[in-house]
Amino acid sequence: MTAPFPFSAIVGQTDMKRAMVLTAIDPGIGGVLVFGDRGTGKSTAVRALAALLPPIEQVEGCPVNSARVEDCPDWAEIGSKQVVSRPTPVIDLPLGATEDRVVGALDIERALTRGEKAFEPGLLARANRGYLYIDEVNLLEDHIVDLLLDVAQSGENVVEREGLSIRHPARFVLVGSGNPEEGELRPQLLDRFGLSVEVRSPTDIGQRIEVIRRRDSYENTRDAFLTRWQAEDAKTRDRILAARQALTEVRTPKTILRDCAELCVALGSDGLRGELTLLRTARALAAWEGRKTVTRKHLRSVAPMALSHRLRRDPLDEAGSGTRVTRTVESVLG
Amino acid sequence: MSAPARDAARKGEGAALIWTALACLAQDPGGLGGMVIRARTGPARDALLSALPRLPLPIRKIHPTISDDQLFGGINISATLAASQVIENDGLFSHPRIILATMAERIPTDLAAKLAQHLDAAIGSALILLDEGAEPDERAPKALTDRLAFHVDLDGLRIADMTVPAGTPPPVPAGTDVKIPYKSPEILVSLAARFGIDSLRAPLLALSCARAHAAMNGRTKVTDDDLTTAATLVYPSRATRIPEDAAEDLPAPLQDQSVPDDAGNDGTTGEAIPAEMMVEAVKALLPPGLLDGLVPAGTGRRSGGSGAGQKRKGNRRGRPLPSRSGRLDGRARIDLVATLRAAAPWQPLRRRTQPDAPGLLIRSSDIRLRRFEETSDRLLIFTVDASGSAAVSRLGEAKGAVELLLGEAYARRDHVALIAFRGEEADLLLPPTRSLVQTKRRLAALPGGGGTPLAAGLKAAAELSLLSRSKGLTPTVVLMTDGRANIALDGTPDRQRAAQDSETLATALRLQSVPGLMIDMSNRPQPALKSLAATLGAPYLPLPRADAARVSAAVTGALSEA
Repeated sequence: MTAPFPFSAIVGQTDMKRAMVLTAIDPGIGGVLVFGDRGTGKSTAVRALAALLPPIEQVEGCPVNSARVEDCPDWAEIGSKQVVSRPTPVIDLPLGATEDRVVGALDIERALTRGEKAFEPGLLARANRGYLYIDEVNLLEDHIVDLLLDVAQSGENVVEREGLSIRHPARFVLVGSGNPEEGELRPQLLDRFGLSVEVRSPTDIGQRIEVIRRRDSYENTRDAFLTRWQAEDAKTRDRILAARQALTEVRTPKTILRDCAELCVALGSDGLRGELTLLRTARALAAWEGRKTVTRKHLRSVAPMALSHRLRRDPLDEAGSGTRVTRTVESVLG
Repeated sequence: MSAPARDAARKGEGAALIWTALACLAQDPGGLGGMVIRARTGPARDALLSALPRLPLPIRKIHPTISDDQLFGGINISATLAASQVIENDGLFSHPRIILATMAERIPTDLAAKLAQHLDAAIGSALILLDEGAEPDERAPKALTDRLAFHVDLDGLRIADMTVPAGTPPPVPAGTDVKIPYKSPEILVSLAARFGIDSLRAPLLALSCARAHAAMNGRTKVTDDDLTTAATLVYPSRATRIPEDAAEDLPAPLQDQSVPDDAGNDGTTGEAIPAEMMVEAVKALLPPGLLDGLVPAGTGRRSGGSGAGQKRKGNRRGRPLPSRSGRLDGRARIDLVATLRAAAPWQPLRRRTQPDAPGLLIRSSDIRLRRFEETSDRLLIFTVDASGSAAVSRLGEAKGAVELLLGEAYARRDHVALIAFRGEEADLLLPPTRSLVQTKRRLAALPGGGGTPLAAGLKAAAELSLLSRSKGLTPTVVLMTDGRANIALDGTPDRQRAAQDSETLATALRLQSVPGLMIDMSNRPQPALKSLAATLGAPYLPLPRADAARVSAAVTGALSEA
């Protein structure tokens, strides 16, 4: 496994980077959906995020990354009581993954070779307390999508098959990326993602040249390049940790709550998830900026990414829903 | 020079470039991704393929329906059972290889995504796509071709053109460090911008190509010559426009050439190549027909799990079928009871050969897999133009065709819906139904006359197909029109806006990957409708004298291919 491209070295794409940082501060925001053209560095950013996140503490060898020994599932038969620190798991869900691979299944090897009934945990177990990354999320098989929705909703994976009856925690942040030209995403799944951002190729020649230069030195003089950006990444990581601490102290004035509700009513977004996400994201942003109070400015900057994917689709709206959100924000917040 | 001679010279040049590309690929397979070879089987392609063993990695052939355990590896069941311990198979993706994909135009979207992820993992594999598409829109998936540096079209090249030019240097051992002059990225990026290439992968690949080209010619620094070769190899197939002579044709955001740079900004420092020469070099190789509309991009038509209303043997859902013996490839689930049942009679015999083995003695031939069969109902959405221009006689024919199809739909258990557009709007005359009687009654009462709000009709069809898909139906849109759209979506008479709106909605429909069929009922085939059908991604059937039986036969034929 080669070291991923450093997060701080990604040129431009401020929206995408900000969305990822905010979910790292408050995982409760829900996942991030990154939609955009080919070759805009979607996957690069997600892989970079993995290296950026602060490590987690977990019991050694626990299949669901439990923080305490008593949380370990009994089917795992953990021998060790050691608590080790390890990087936040970022698990890839490959497109061809079968239901068995995702939720876990009867361990066929052990059943066949030793005649034992054992549970082989799947990707959902490994992603617990971390991130689950789905590239080309819009091409995922429908039944896998249904499974994911169900688990993402309840934070628990329940397996009832082949004589097994097992449940284990599965709380993870979904990160999906895709190219809208290849296919649409079902609204039910769209709504599950906390934030959505659109990425485009930079149009500014200077920026494009900088991308090529950095990518080239990453490919060819990797070690020197990584060392150069290490300090930047560490700075971002420390800031994320500080923001996590400060998050509980961020105050939300009543007027801001009102603004949230008014925005969502004006946009006609379905359900209440929009308001909740908007509020959480604004608080995370305030914490990131080191402020004690959420202001309208925070709302304004996070509204497009928190709400644009929750609107009713309008096939004629060429500008995309992001523009609609911005217009509404201007009219509501003045 | 006479025309044939010039032609031959161009072909020779093209062939020489192909060999250069292959040599660069041999130098740096992982960095350049690979090559798309668009050609039907023939001697020219065979000549090129016979040269592939020059590439420094083992070659593995794959086909579009390769299974996951061949790609990713998995348990080797038979060996595991024989040895009573787990024995894994290596997958295709576990080591760097040259992956040779035949019939690349038929690669399904999910396999394309897996291959793309493998290329992105950067373990040094390269991919060679053999694109054998006959039609211009039969192409290998864009997600893959975007990642491969070279696109080669052998169209019109004969075996005689494919002689290997002398003096192609052999690959140099890797690890030779090639320096990139500071200006090079800038030159390649601006050039890509002038040809309207949006993806940033193109300049990256060109830079790797320049590096490889320099290395194999024994240089330690990339020169202008390397850059020109790289641009001519990588850019032409990706260009979306032909640049004018000067830089003022750049789109406004790209005009800004002020790159933070310690050198002067006049672009004529010691290294800089006259950009015009490079532009000319790439221009000379642009594929013909670049300006008659770009090749419509293949959409994710084959994506999604919908089986066009046909039966699909699955192993997940649906009506259970009897279990079959088979291999555990990670897709199917084992049927334990049936497996045990198959193994039971053999136990005494096997016990004799292996008296001290624990538990049941199971062989891989005993494994039984679950199978299910599911069908999804198909919904035919007839979208009929009932305007004044679609003359009344035509409307009669359309009605006749729908009636005939209804009879068939009844036999095939399809659902039918009917949308008519006339005047200023489209009406859903008949929500999805299987009721023959009701449909006939509605059809008979279908009035004609007024303008042609084609966009409104398309919009209604798009909404209905979305709705029906959420109910588990597989929608197919059959559009019958004479194509003289003259009412915009908001109901105002405006020819130009009406055409634009129709284009927009056709794109929206294609993005939902709803299969469709465009039936032209005008007296002469309309080129405008043909392009709209291309936007819709639907087959186009001009039926100047549509009689009901022929329409019905055409629809049936088009649907059975879907």
